[in-house]
Amino acid sequence: MSTQPPQQQSEEPAAEQSADAESTPAAQQRREDKKAADRDARDERQAEKDANEAKANEDTREIKVFRYDPEVEEKQEPRFDTFHVPFTKGMTVLDAVIYARDQFDPSLTFRHSCRQAVCGSDAFFINGQQRLGCKTQISELEEPIRIEPLPHQDVVKDLVVDMDHFYEEMEAVDPYFDPDETPDGELEEQRQSRQNREKVKMSTRCIWCGACFSSCNIAAGDNEYLGPAALNKAYRFAMDEREGDQKTQDRLETIEQEHGVWRCQTQFSCTNVCPKDIPLTEHIQELKREAVKKNLKFW
Amino acid sequence: MSQSYNRGTIESFGRWREFSAGMWAWIFHKFTGWVLVGYLFTHIAVLSTAMEGAEMYTNTIVTLEGLLLVRILEVGLLAVAVFHILNGLRLLLVDLGVGLESQDKSFYASVILTGAITVASVPTFIAGAF
Ligand code: HEM
Ligand code: SF4
Ligand code: FES
Repeated sequence: MSTQPPQQQSEEPAAEQSADAESTPAAQQRREDKKAADRDARDERQAEKDANEAKANEDTREIKVFRYDPEVEEKQEPRFDTFHVPFTKGMTVLDAVIYARDQFDPSLTFRHSCRQAVCGSDAFFINGQQRLGCKTQISELEEPIRIEPLPHQDVVKDLVVDMDHFYEEMEAVDPYFDPDETPDGELEEQRQSRQNREKVKMSTRCIWCGACFSSCNIAAGDNEYLGPAALNKAYRFAMDEREGDQKTQDRLETIEQEHGVWRCQTQFSCTNVCPKDIPLTEHIQELKREAVKKNLKFW
Repeated sequence: MSQSYNRGTIESFGRWREFSAGMWAWIFHKFTGWVLVGYLFTHIAVLSTAMEGAEMYTNTIVTLEGLLLVRILEVGLLAVAVFHILNGLRLLLVDLGVGLESQDKSFYASVILTGAITVASVPTFIAGAF
């Protein structure tokens, strides 16, 4: 590395040689020898550096990261920046962009927090698919790895998108447990049967990352469509037996409204991208059948 | 609201190369459905020549069937109809919640079967066109 201070050379070889070198003054001989030794050492260091670099090069991964910043004039026109990130075993896409930010460009902006697929803040569009940065192994991706912000959402900066619309849809389905009646002691536990828990188990895993919503081209075309995540949330509570008939009816009404469950065209895009493996389409289809059952009367 | 700009094709169908089975099934189903609707009108138009008498109808059919283009279009129509029916059955299963984990495989099966049936139909449709 260039910043490394030059190493101090020992003068021993020069001292040895000066004994039989009568013709040249001892001091000059020493100087010359020292120079030669320095030269050798420098060559050695250079060779080592080259070798290191070669080794590092061999094990770097090329990532192309989407860049955009409305506040900086030169960055208003979106572009892709290429980084070569040293690869380590087990490295995720999030690790790679963190490395790029910390080592190459501190202005590179993206959300992340837990680094373990729990907080849902780092859903990106990676090699053409919505994926969680922290749950996607670099080794599984083709190079160069393209990392873009989630499609169908406004880009705030670099990989950061505006999630407000997604959160609005989530809030619209009352994403919280809301039973008709609470037990006498307000704080008493409200137990759920094992079977019922199994039924909603997968649907409870949502981390609000928005990957599914971004992948859905119906949600992209219909701004009011609740979208897969919100419908899954609605499923989670509509199927919860503890809420009571009144609330379940309310939920089904939200679900079957014009921009609810019937917008789904079973493209399976959401199910394909969900990092928590929630069978979103399956849940939506079940809600469709519930909605039909609710309205069908055979008399 | 943040500033935004148009990311162009990324927002829509510019990523078709990355579409997965379910998405292709949707696109093909819409396409074939509307082709069938289109054909329905053509079909009615052709049939209604019978209003002008049996001879007129026979003439129309004979003329049309004499055209190689029409024979090729018929093969296409069969392919479109077969795919729509097979994938329609797949969608019915999806609506019933049956076998959702293998929805991609049932799509591929629809495509392959459509291809096979179409190829097998070619001799029948093209016979006598040359
Ligand atoms: C056995 C025959 C058929 C079956 C099993 C079938 C099945 C289906 C199914 C299940 C759908 C719903 C797709 C969805 O869920 O979004 C559909 C859509 C459609 N079908 Fe068919 N269909 C058949 C024949 C036809 C025919 C003869 C026509 C044309 C006259 C047609 C035109 C359409 C169209 C236009 C759509 C798309 C509607 C939309 O835009 O959502 N289908 N078909
Ligand atoms: S359903 Fe899956 S993809 Fe959608 S927001 Fe929840 S965790 Fe993310
Ligand atoms: S950083 Fe929390 S989900 Fe990836």
